[in-house]
Amino acid sequence: MAAEILPPFEVSIMSSEMAVREALSRFLSALGPIGLDVEESGTIELVLAEVLNNIVEHAYPEGSPSGPIDIRCVHKKDGLHVSITDAGLAMPDGQLPLGNQVSVDVDLGDLPEGGFGWFLIQDLAKDVHYARNATQNRLTLRLPVGIIM
Amino acid sequence: MELSTKTEDQLRIVSVQDARIDAAVALEFKDAMRSETDDGPDLVVLDLSKVEFIDSSGLGAIVAAMKNMGADRKLALAGLTPTVQRVFQLTRMDSVFSVFPTLDGALAELRN
Repeated sequence: MAAEILPPFEVSIMSSEMAVREALSRFLSALGPIGLDVEESGTIELVLAEVLNNIVEHAYPEGSPSGPIDIRCVHKKDGLHVSITDAGLAMPDGQLPLGNQVSVDVDLGDLPEGGFGWFLIQDLAKDVHYARNATQNRLTLRLPVGIIM
Repeated sequence: MELSTKTEDQLRIVSVQDARIDAAVALEFKDAMRSETDDGPDLVVLDLSKVEFIDSSGLGAIVAAMKNMGADRKLALAGLTPTVQRVFQLTRMDSVFSVFPTLDGALAELRN
C-alpha cells in the first residue's frame, strides 16, 4: 500500500534482451519512493519482462534493426497505469494473444517450454489493451500495486 | 551464465550463480545445463537459491533441461526465492517438478 501518488515517469530503451534488464531495473528504481513489497515488485518485474521480451522477440525480430521501446507509468489510486509503445511489427491479426493457462498435465516429452508469457501478463495485470496505429504498437495495462486506500 | 556443480554418490547438485535466468541468458543456461547433466547421476538437484528472478524464457529453459535429461532421470528444484516460486506456482510447473524450500532439505530427503 502506498502513502502518496508518485509523479508520472518514463523509461525508454532501444530493443535488445540486455536493454530489457536495464529497463526493468530503472523502472523498479523509479518506484522506490512508494515502498513496494517483494510480491508487488515481483508482479511488476514479471509482467514488464514478458511484455518487453515479446516486443524484442516479435516486434523487432532478429535480422531486423532494433527500435525504440517507451514505457510510461502513471501512478493512480488503483495502481500503476503503464503504457508500452514500440515502432515494430504489429501483433498477428492485430489482436492480443489469449493468454490461456498452458496445460502441464502431459507426458514429460510434451511439456511446454514456452507460451507462458501472455498467461502471466493476463493473470497478473488488469485492463490489458492493445492498439495498433499506422506505425506503432501500444499496449496499456494496470498493475494493481501501490494502491492508495 | 555460471553454474557450479558438485557430484556425490547418488546425486549431482548444480547451483546457479547468477541472479537472473531471463531471456538474455535462457539459451546459455540451457546449454550449460546440458553439459552439466549429460552424464553423471540420475538425480540432479538444481539449486536456485541465488536466483532472484526468472521470466517465462527462464522457466522454459529449466523445463527443457529436465526434458533433456530423459524420463528415467530426475531434476529436483531447491531454494526457490519468492518471485521464482511464484512463477512456478502461477504456471502450475510446481506440480511437474519436485520442489524443495532449501537445498539442505532437498538433500536430506533425496539421499534416502
